[in-house]
Amino acid sequence: MRPTTRRVLAAAAGLALLAASTACADDAKQAAENVPGVTDGEVVIGTHQPLTGPAAPGYSKISAATKAYFEHVNSKGGVHGRKIVYKVMDDGYNPANTENVVRKLVLDDKVFALLGGLGTPTHTNVLEFVKTQKVPDLFVSSGSRNWNQPDKYPTTFGWQPDYTVEGKILASWVKREFPGAKVCHFGQNDDFGRDSLAGVEKILGPVAAKQTYTTTNQQVGPAIGALRAAGCQVVISASIPGFTALAMGQAAGQGFKAQWVVSNVGADYTTLSAQLGDKKVILEGMVADNYLPMVGDTTNPWIQEFTKIHQKYNAGNPVDGNAIYGYSMAYTFVQALLAAGPEPTREKLVAAVRKGGFRGPGLTPFRYAENVHAGYSGVRLSRVTGGAQTYFGPTYTTDDGDAPVTEFTEPPTTPPADAVPTA
Amino acid sequence: MERFWFLTFDGLAAGAVYAAFALALVLIWRAARVVNFAQGAMAVATAYVGYAVAGATGSYWLGLAAAVLSGLALGALVERVLMRFVGTAGPLNQVIVALGLVLLIQAVLGMVFGNGYRPAATPFDTDALTVGGVAALSPYDLWVLGAALAVVVLLALLFTRTPVGLRMRAAAFAPEVSRLLGVSVGRMLTLGWALAAGVGALAGMLVVPTGLGLHPHAMDLVFVVAFTAAVVGGLDSPVGAVVGGLLVGLILSYVTGYLGPDTTPLAVLVLLLAVLLVRPGGLFSAARARHV
Amino acid sequence: MTTTRTEPVPPSALRRLLPGAPAGGGPRSATLLRHLAVAVLAGTLVVLLTNQLPPYQNLQVARVCAFLCVTAGYTVLVGLNGQLSLGHGALMATGAYTVALVQQGLDDRAVRGWWILPGSLLAAVAVTALGGLVVGLAAARLRGPYLAGVTLAVATLVPAVTTIFTGVFNGEQGLRFPAQNPPAALGAYFQPERWLAWIALAAALLTIVLLANLVRSRFGRSLRAVRDDEVAARLAGIPVARTQVLAFVVSAACAGLGGGVYAVLTATVAPGKFPLDLSLFLLMAIVIGGLGSLAGAVWGALLLVALQDLPGLLTDRLDLPAALAQRLEGNLALAVFGLILIVVMLAAPGGLQAGVRALATRLRATVRRAPDR
Repeated sequence: MRPTTRRVLAAAAGLALLAASTACADDAKQAAENVPGVTDGEVVIGTHQPLTGPAAPGYSKISAATKAYFEHVNSKGGVHGRKIVYKVMDDGYNPANTENVVRKLVLDDKVFALLGGLGTPTHTNVLEFVKTQKVPDLFVSSGSRNWNQPDKYPTTFGWQPDYTVEGKILASWVKREFPGAKVCHFGQNDDFGRDSLAGVEKILGPVAAKQTYTTTNQQVGPAIGALRAAGCQVVISASIPGFTALAMGQAAGQGFKAQWVVSNVGADYTTLSAQLGDKKVILEGMVADNYLPMVGDTTNPWIQEFTKIHQKYNAGNPVDGNAIYGYSMAYTFVQALLAAGPEPTREKLVAAVRKGGFRGPGLTPFRYAENVHAGYSGVRLSRVTGGAQTYFGPTYTTDDGDAPVTEFTEPPTTPPADAVPTA
Repeated sequence: MERFWFLTFDGLAAGAVYAAFALALVLIWRAARVVNFAQGAMAVATAYVGYAVAGATGSYWLGLAAAVLSGLALGALVERVLMRFVGTAGPLNQVIVALGLVLLIQAVLGMVFGNGYRPAATPFDTDALTVGGVAALSPYDLWVLGAALAVVVLLALLFTRTPVGLRMRAAAFAPEVSRLLGVSVGRMLTLGWALAAGVGALAGMLVVPTGLGLHPHAMDLVFVVAFTAAVVGGLDSPVGAVVGGLLVGLILSYVTGYLGPDTTPLAVLVLLLAVLLVRPGGLFSAARARHV
Repeated sequence: MTTTRTEPVPPSALRRLLPGAPAGGGPRSATLLRHLAVAVLAGTLVVLLTNQLPPYQNLQVARVCAFLCVTAGYTVLVGLNGQLSLGHGALMATGAYTVALVQQGLDDRAVRGWWILPGSLLAAVAVTALGGLVVGLAAARLRGPYLAGVTLAVATLVPAVTTIFTGVFNGEQGLRFPAQNPPAALGAYFQPERWLAWIALAAALLTIVLLANLVRSRFGRSLRAVRDDEVAARLAGIPVARTQVLAFVVSAACAGLGGGVYAVLTATVAPGKFPLDLSLFLLMAIVIGGLGSLAGAVWGALLLVALQDLPGLLTDRLDLPAALAQRLEGNLALAVFGLILIVVMLAAPGGLQAGVRALATRLRATVRRAPDR
């Protein structure tokens, strides 16, 4: 045998031995853990978020808030005596990275559950993996209807109202307030835009004109020009914040005056006005919807509590819609974890969410049931007046099918002490 | 027809922006024979400076001056500290360093300023003037077009009428001969980088308000389109950059308007192939015969 | 068919690719044997390694192997033939979508069988090679930045094509197909990730052996001759355009295989997985690894996988105040990677492989000199 070859073989043997010894240690540890991610002192959960890249503006602040809320809960003793460890992995909104970090979280970090994975194209690609690994996949941060397929994906749950529910409610308001008006739709060219348009057309029938945008093409002028040429009086927009601002800016520039009715995904006033700066006056009169306490409403007890937590654990970021989203979702997770009992397992957690019945910051109940994995059941409309976004009118609920849009009359809940759920 | 005119104006406004940025790419190519992939990131960095100064002083023009000055400085710095030492060991080493610089600059901007969108003020109104019922160009669009054209004229004067300009051209095209004739090739290279980054900074200031706002990735898409424009026009020709930029802007606008926003990458490829298969050096390439 | 050496013969890439093809002499078959031996040894070592690794680490091995198929073919095109392509991410996507469509189509018709995997990968290679032929034909007329411009446009094509033909490619959400499960013969408790690693390893070894042979063949010499001086190459009777097109086809075929394997690893494809960044990262990988060398391609593939895991590594290790940590999160990893690129290019202009070789030479020289002192 040549000396080089012998050396290589020796090195390989050493390496194999080393690998064998670490593998054994791993097996031993695995045997000791009955429930992945849960020890006497900790519950480890994980998520994938766009902390960098094109989707980072705004959305990177959600997980910061969620993390801050868990720190707050941990400082009050955690859940059933266990502290929540929230592992946030950056996927840059690239599905390839999402698949990688989710596999790392599940296979390597052995998280108990996934919470709030952000994005439709990103999360869609891990559904099969999550299913085979039987990992609870709670509260996906997207309004796609994909998450509500309990037969196909029994551990995946949505959280926010889906885009169709939202489209139906926005359209029924438009139908009442603008009878006979030319109503048009402007949407992202993916499930977001399509599901929203489906909801709108369930109520209004075919819209007068529809235009789409794609996130890799910032030239929205032609689309807005087409809406203007079609004589649209109302534009229902399913757009992310950046493109809401871009589209409304274009409309203002072209002298195109219409009532803008915008999906909550892209309608947070704090975010939009930060992007528009001096031009934020164009947002005056914008109608949108939401399902969580309104950021500017300082009299709301939930906002007061969340702001306290924010100042203590998350002061580097603005209190905006993204922060409230993060806090509220974390609140629901703590409710679910509590409901899973003092000795939680993955099955118990999934069963607890299926049982549902959680009420918290949200204005409406969740739709969770044995065969429904969809989140909030409705929204309330808001309007921007005098530089403030405020709710008006009643709260509505519906579903993504043919259920009618109905008023929801139960009063909103008030937070428990320290905004930590107790049961 | 109204739709056509509208799309034409929309395309011209967008094209002016691409033209300005394509100019910066052409400048570096002429000076150093390298496609500067970091041009976009560098322009974003200087735009942050520009808008910070504009915000602090309340004057857009001071901000613009600060951006261009910091662009000149950044360009010179990158050449002196980095590119000079990368050398030409491999044909792509400078490209890779530029790509590394993109990652580094964008990450540092993200760390310092956050990843969010920041508003970018404009010195002129962005409301379009109406011509015969069609929303045409806004005063801001006219300023962008005017600025891009002014830069082309100034550069043409610089390269043809001033000794420095002549030396720069000589240093780029025949470094050895120039060195023998007493031209400091190294200094000309630094000057070339500085000038290109200065024009890039100006372009960045012009581009940012037309998009989503100021953020570390603000120039990513613009870079790709502007590179296309520069290639279509011919990398050696400043006039080509402007024509290419306007052409690409118009085509993107027509395609977006008539065929939908998804089809633009396909249209860009078709345009590139149509132009380059007929003229492999771009529209304004100097005819260079090379047959065997 | 026999030909004398002096007669200018159009080099056939395909003939050189096939190990059994008439090699025309002892030395060349020895080369083939040596490559095979090295491949078998390396393969055995990796298999031994995968037997010990936990699931996630095996996936990393699998991803390195999938990327290796791509970087190896890519470095031959860019490094040995001097054609700059920025569109290899799109070629990977072509392979990935081919595998997905073939496997999904067969699954819908309830066709099962072990041959589906190799069959679909073969289809991926064929379709992507065809794509490479089209791009290569255009590329043969173009040089330098103009070629870069066209291929950059190709790189941005994936999202457009998948949304325009949503009916076939299912737009942004992409396609899902049945996951690869280990054959029953390996036992019920065989780690699925290990099986994936083996699939990817087989593809990578096949690619490397074929390319190593190709590089040493007459076609390989033609590639380099065209790169170094087109005019001289043409005078020597090498058909320049055909060599360039063939180089593109070979490189695309490798990218197609790599993309196909990449898709198999997760049993999904989506346009977002093949953005422009991927094409640029592939280029960085082969240059940092060492342009034109297959060993450099291995470094490059390792680097690509390390990059995907860098963010987690960095943020896990550091314990920082929340506000600062948030600013650094994600950004820090990118900054570090950017710095690495710059530093490597300054310290080892020939890439990591050249750096390692230089280091080894110096070490050997020191060792040899030692007894004299």
